[in-house]
Amino acid sequence: MSILIVAEHDNTALNDATRAAVTAAKAIGGDVDVLVAGSDAGDIAKAVSGIEGVSKVLHADGKAFAKPTAEAMEALILPLMDKYDVLMAVASTMGKNFAPRIAAKLDVMQISEISAVESADTFVRPIYAGNAMMKVQSTDAKKVVTIRPTTFEKAGDGGTASVETIEAPSGPFKSEFVSEELSKSDRPELTAAKIVISGGRGMQSGDNFVLLDKIADQLNAAVGASRAAVDAGYVPNDYQVGQTGKVVAPELYIAVGISGAIQHLAGMKDSKIIVAINKDEDAPIFSVADYGLVADLFNALPELEAELTKIGL
Amino acid sequence: MKILVPVKRVVDYNVKVRVKPDQSGVDLANVKMSMNPFCEIAVEEAVRMKEKGGVDEIIVVSIGPQQAQETIRTALAMGADRGILIQTNEPVEPLAVAKLLAKIVAEEGPELVILGKQAIDDDSNQTGQMLAALLDWPQATFASEVAIANGKANVTREIDGGLQTISVEMPAIITTDLRLNEPRYASLPNIMKAKRKPIDAKTPEDFGVDIAPRLKVLGVTAPPKREAGIKVESVAELVDKLKNKEGVI
Repeated sequence: MSILIVAEHDNTALNDATRAAVTAAKAIGGDVDVLVAGSDAGDIAKAVSGIEGVSKVLHADGKAFAKPTAEAMEALILPLMDKYDVLMAVASTMGKNFAPRIAAKLDVMQISEISAVESADTFVRPIYAGNAMMKVQSTDAKKVVTIRPTTFEKAGDGGTASVETIEAPSGPFKSEFVSEELSKSDRPELTAAKIVISGGRGMQSGDNFVLLDKIADQLNAAVGASRAAVDAGYVPNDYQVGQTGKVVAPELYIAVGISGAIQHLAGMKDSKIIVAINKDEDAPIFSVADYGLVADLFNALPELEAELTKIGL
Repeated sequence: MKILVPVKRVVDYNVKVRVKPDQSGVDLANVKMSMNPFCEIAVEEAVRMKEKGGVDEIIVVSIGPQQAQETIRTALAMGADRGILIQTNEPVEPLAVAKLLAKIVAEEGPELVILGKQAIDDDSNQTGQMLAALLDWPQATFASEVAIANGKANVTREIDGGLQTISVEMPAIITTDLRLNEPRYASLPNIMKAKRKPIDAKTPEDFGVDIAPRLKVLGVTAPPKREAGIKVESVAELVDKLKNKEGVI
């Protein structure tokens, strides 16, 4: 068995999700090679070569791979798949974009966002936004797999893999990168944050989200919202945590003024610790919360801010 | 320009799904079904493009059981022009769906296919990308804004950490993300009108596509259940628990 992982990075730093992929690949078994496709990404290739369990690093460098499109990734990866049995990518917006394209070209059915490896051909993946877990066995000769990085341990350093430079196709491709606008917030990104604090319809207005912002700053947390709060126009759609929004699994999730509709629970119930603050003691959110506080959020939030200040946050 | 919009009938997003005791799947008996929310956004986007002008026809296609016709009717009531139902009671995986759609594209010749980025039942997020690969068309996935001019689509995409804009040559595949638009509710007159719009009935065999699954489902189980915890009396107690007991702050 030989496995090719596609490294996740932004040309300056290696994303830890790549290390989770190495762990998942090792569970499948066999040689684990990692492709680093980028622009001036030599340092990334070097970092990957140091990950324990990596046999070889393939480094493809070119302008088209600074912000690669799915078409560019296909041109690079598809020819490599003659030599590999498994293509593994992270279920990020990057991996989700190119992996199915390659699966279709190989005429194989991709196994998306696996949360566990049972054997070389059998995997577990969440369906219905995590409300059910499906165990599937692939009957395809080659496999294309994306992994949910939060469910695999991150492989550490200690490897001494060789780095082989391979040619990067230069295009032109039928799609072209134009521009990028990354959130400049000092706060962590919703899906990567260790702590998330979300507001629901109970916040009553978009202006009141400033109450959450203050606490988010103290905790270095990301701010989210329920669909009800988004639908009411309090905050933009990209705040949405839930089945039709983002799925998060932070160490601490604080739900404020959120009743706990199924659609919201689907997006956050894998969080390690869940705190619910709601004035309705019968709110369904309390049935999944580790700690529930029945209180008016307009009293509780300023108190929380003050208590956090007291402990030096 | 013709636009093709594939739509999927799925369990309504408000339904709490239950796993069958024999682990063969999710219980779909007597469960409310609706159009996949991301597909609704795709239909809405196509209809808005048509309202702006330059779009001659919106064709909606669904692959599934007889009842998927209702999902097509919903799209027709929103403003699509005609429907195609590829009827099958078998589960159809994204790869097979993409192969069927590729055949429809060859027959109908749309310049744009707009799909939901994923269906909220199996959460695969593959069909659009696979269709793009099979057609050798460019793809713009997870779209939050689409502007078409001079044979190109400028698409703003929702990526981890922000937004990215790419330019793709037409014909192209676009998959929708949540922020692209807010789908309309069909008005009663439009619902009535939709009943008279044509829906072609087909089967996978008509297209010569083998839909046999490549993935064998060995079992579907419920995720580990979360137990309700404790109620705290005050904010101070909460902070104390989070800091000293759980160590998460």
